[in-house]
Amino acid sequence: MNRFAWATPRTISEAAAAATTLVADAMSSDPTGPGVVTVLKAGGIDLLDLMKETLLMPATLVNLQQIPGLDSIHPGEGGALHLGSMVTLATLASHPLVRQRYPALADAVSRSASPQIRNVATLGGNLLQRPRCWYFRAKEHHCLRKGGDHCFAIPGENQYHAIFDNSPCAIVHPSTAATVLVALNATVELIDAKGTVRRPLLVDFFGPPDQDIMRENNLKPHEILTAVLLPAVPASVRMAHLKQGEKDSIDWPLADVAVLLDLTPDKMCKSATVILGAAAPVPHRAEAAEAALIGKHIDEDIARQAGRAALNGATPLSHNAYKLPLFETLVHRAILAAAG
Amino acid sequence: MTKLADETLRTEIFPYGIAGVGLSQVKRQVPLDEPPPLPPNDDLLFIGKPVPRQNGRAMVTGEIHYTADINLPGMLYGRILRSPLPHAEIQAIDISAAEHHPGVRSVIILSPPGDPQTAVLRYVGAPVAAVAAVSMAAAEEALALIRVSYKPLPFVIDMDEARKPIAPLVFDAASAPGGHPAGAPSALPLNGNVRGPSTVSRGEVVQGFAQADVIVEAEYRTQVQTHCCMEPHGLVADWRADGLTVYISTQFTAGVRHELAEAFELPLSRVRVVVDGMGGGFGSKSMLGNYGRIAVGLSRKAQAPVRIVLTRQEEQMDAGNRPATWQHLRIGAKHDGSLTAISLVSYGTAGVGLGAGVGNVAEALYTCPNFESAQNDVFTDAGPGSAMRGPGNTPGAFGMEQAIDELAERLALDPVALRDRIDPSPRRREERRIGAEKIGWQHRRVPGADAGPIKRGIGMAQSIWASNVQINSACEVRVLRDGSVQVLSSVQDIGTGVGTVLAQVVAEVFGLHPEDVVIRIGDTDFPSGPPSHGSRTTASITPPARTAAWRVLQLLLADAAVALNAPVDVLVARDGRIQVRDNPAKSMSFRDVAAGLRTDSISAVATRSDDYPGFRHKSGDAAQAQQDLGGVQFAQVVVDTETGIVRVERVVAVQDCGRPLNPRLIESQVQGGVLMGVSYALFENRIIDQNTGRMVNPNLEEYKVVGIREAPQIDVTVLENYQGNSATDAYGIAEPANIATAPAIANAVYNAIGIRLRSLPMTPSAVLAALGKVPQGNMTS
Repeated sequence: MNRFAWATPRTISEAAAAATTLVADAMSSDPTGPGVVTVLKAGGIDLLDLMKETLLMPATLVNLQQIPGLDSIHPGEGGALHLGSMVTLATLASHPLVRQRYPALADAVSRSASPQIRNVATLGGNLLQRPRCWYFRAKEHHCLRKGGDHCFAIPGENQYHAIFDNSPCAIVHPSTAATVLVALNATVELIDAKGTVRRPLLVDFFGPPDQDIMRENNLKPHEILTAVLLPAVPASVRMAHLKQGEKDSIDWPLADVAVLLDLTPDKMCKSATVILGAAAPVPHRAEAAEAALIGKHIDEDIARQAGRAALNGATPLSHNAYKLPLFETLVHRAILAAAG
Repeated sequence: MTKLADETLRTEIFPYGIAGVGLSQVKRQVPLDEPPPLPPNDDLLFIGKPVPRQNGRAMVTGEIHYTADINLPGMLYGRILRSPLPHAEIQAIDISAAEHHPGVRSVIILSPPGDPQTAVLRYVGAPVAAVAAVSMAAAEEALALIRVSYKPLPFVIDMDEARKPIAPLVFDAASAPGGHPAGAPSALPLNGNVRGPSTVSRGEVVQGFAQADVIVEAEYRTQVQTHCCMEPHGLVADWRADGLTVYISTQFTAGVRHELAEAFELPLSRVRVVVDGMGGGFGSKSMLGNYGRIAVGLSRKAQAPVRIVLTRQEEQMDAGNRPATWQHLRIGAKHDGSLTAISLVSYGTAGVGLGAGVGNVAEALYTCPNFESAQNDVFTDAGPGSAMRGPGNTPGAFGMEQAIDELAERLALDPVALRDRIDPSPRRREERRIGAEKIGWQHRRVPGADAGPIKRGIGMAQSIWASNVQINSACEVRVLRDGSVQVLSSVQDIGTGVGTVLAQVVAEVFGLHPEDVVIRIGDTDFPSGPPSHGSRTTASITPPARTAAWRVLQLLLADAAVALNAPVDVLVARDGRIQVRDNPAKSMSFRDVAAGLRTDSISAVATRSDDYPGFRHKSGDAAQAQQDLGGVQFAQVVVDTETGIVRVERVVAVQDCGRPLNPRLIESQVQGGVLMGVSYALFENRIIDQNTGRMVNPNLEEYKVVGIREAPQIDVTVLENYQGNSATDAYGIAEPANIATAPAIANAVYNAIGIRLRSLPMTPSAVLAALGKVPQGNMTS
């Protein structure tokens, strides 16, 4: 790890002014020498990983932890919920409003990482963390996402990689929370040094590799992710999240699924949202699965049909076709869990 | 006590057999200067009792010093530059910029160009050069300043590819390593990348198969498992004009001293090896290691102490591993279950090393008149393997114990009943009986009996392991004038609690409490102790400890006899006093006896004598007792056939280790063995990219080790098996506790789903594929 300076601004605009460089840009600018760049630090979990692997060598870290107001959870307008970006995963998972209104989110976050990491990692950092592709994470592999000219995963060890949209880069999005947040139609709040505010949908904030192979989202330099806004969910909407890793303790998902169903009292599905995590470079909407549910009474058969439909368009790689039956099962089970 | 014609021996009567099954007695010839037989554990105060680990509190409060905690004045930090390529020749190396770094005190080249013996690197992570600097940061900066010109050479990672005639050669005949320290024959032929076969045969195998009513035949595969010691390999080397002191995380202080003396041409008397806290050792910390030689080399050059502690990445790439194997097994049997022939062919790869055999499970576990095996090592461009908890037998049992279950099914016999017929060991027979009762074997159902997607099953498997003894093992026991007691040996506590066991044994002799006995171990300035590998520590060091204590006690009793005016042979040490056996009133305190010593302390040094009935095998410092160690494990699993997830809900482990000295510590070791076996069965896998030769999971994140949520309930039972073999009659437990776990789980998975998983690890990918649920080729729909 390189030597670095430490800045602790007290306001968003100070922090945004200092943050010259996106982590993604800092990682691709000069992979061999100490950088001259300044990057933002929230919980620091992913940042420390990258720095210890010398994938990232920032000259200055701008610590966001001393800025007041970024770590609150409070009701917003029209039944929405405002989640500050510096809220820790542990706080988020245990917050009564989150547990009551968005149980699938509480579930996803409570199964992320380890208790120690959840006590430090923040919601904002979780959404902005870099992918876990083991070629991307090793300095020796100068891959497409780091400005190289070669994907090592597609001809190599791709058992944990994407089954959708996996060319030319086969990463999966690393955030489990994002799977549910996209399903919930969450918006992110971004503020720059001049105080300009953007509020894109999270799904639009994320970008697939064919838009930008070196960035997972369209965060701009001098911009800070300050909050995630969850819209109100009608009382008729039921939700569930399922995650399956090789291990249950401290492991990344092989597959995770978020399902939202708007149901009539006799379980007729008025609308459906099915999002797959660990399936694609961004949380993947399984449109065919959603279509298979709408207008149907949710039962075992319909859930199984939707599970199969969720794999429409999948293009598994040499070592990850096992994810197909796994996703099929998780979608089927998540639908039944949501429908109750 | 009967005097014999041989005046160095006397005859004694020892308890013999398995407690609870039927204890009898056996006569043994015992050296005159060794103590009388111990009674069974029920009649002892501390031996065989669950005495708490002496240093347990210090371990959990952080008071113990591990190697990485050692800071000597002026100490430097060593780092190693490693090969980025799987096979390359170094054409030039320039260390001048690194040497000029202001923080650097020494730089050494480990792979000098020009000489093909040193300039060719054969795995990613092979050491190239090393630096010692005043800080870790300076050392890392200096590494980046070393310029190396590599000429890439063709390489091969996959074992099956490496076996092909067209495969790139890892070694030529001149450069290939010869023998293996574990004892693999050195004069085997080398064909391409394949060294072997190493063969064993008895009887007439062709006839045996001709006589068989049923033959089962299958292939099994096991993966590379890395040691994943929580404490990485590391040392502080302190080279001085008057000698070398090395503080090292090691399983064998005395062996490391020998290696250092030889490598650096020093007399043994000027080399000292020390270890205090040890954060795990499973075979790979048995020797000095390349990192050890490097640290000493840096210290000698810099004239300052140097610490090298490997990173987790270095641990995973270049600190040893359990080799991958491929096994082909063929077993013939009569309708009644009796075996007529066994044939085993294996290929294994320890990367650039040797020792990838599958052990003696197929050869020795069951009675079979006709046997043949051909085991081969395959070189690949990967980090060298090393011994790891039950080397050979752990992968070997995964194949053999599934094959026996398959045979039982073909014969329509219960797997336990078949083993009752073909396994001659009385210990395993009792272990099967106990285990079957505890797991509820009588309720075992036919394979795949559960109707829904979630299926449960139970299975069992057996272990065989040699009762190893290091006869080059010595221990000193001192009694000081204030009545305090010390036990001194270079033997190391690698986490098993051997110090506590030594305290129990010595306390039992002196009639003191274990906490009254001060343990000074892990230092070669004390009498040489055994290595802690091959499950031999307890068997090797506790007999000399008891003998030494007994000899010191004889001196104290002689003094007490004078003071008490009583014959010495009626005196006993009990409850902190020396007393007349049948007259407790006629006594004096142990402390008062000690106070009368002529000198500040008295002591005796004892060495490990041969087992009283002799050894089955003895070679150099190592020997093996007449009886093997057994061990039978039962597993209950649940398989989700829609996700491919296997979880182990329960393991019943029934083990034997001669006389158990501390059931609490044994239980702890058995739990560790079972957890390591669960991890091997379901999760662990070193994955190397075939295109670059680089390990893609050199960490503890993507290299997956069993976690708390995957830990089964573990039910441990330990037999008391008395053999009258030594002053303590104790043997080891570490390896037998690991060998049977993975095959027991595999047999349970078969019982759950009716499909046999013949390859490790049993990941969702593997299970779903075995269930036929993974689409082949690219899917579009």
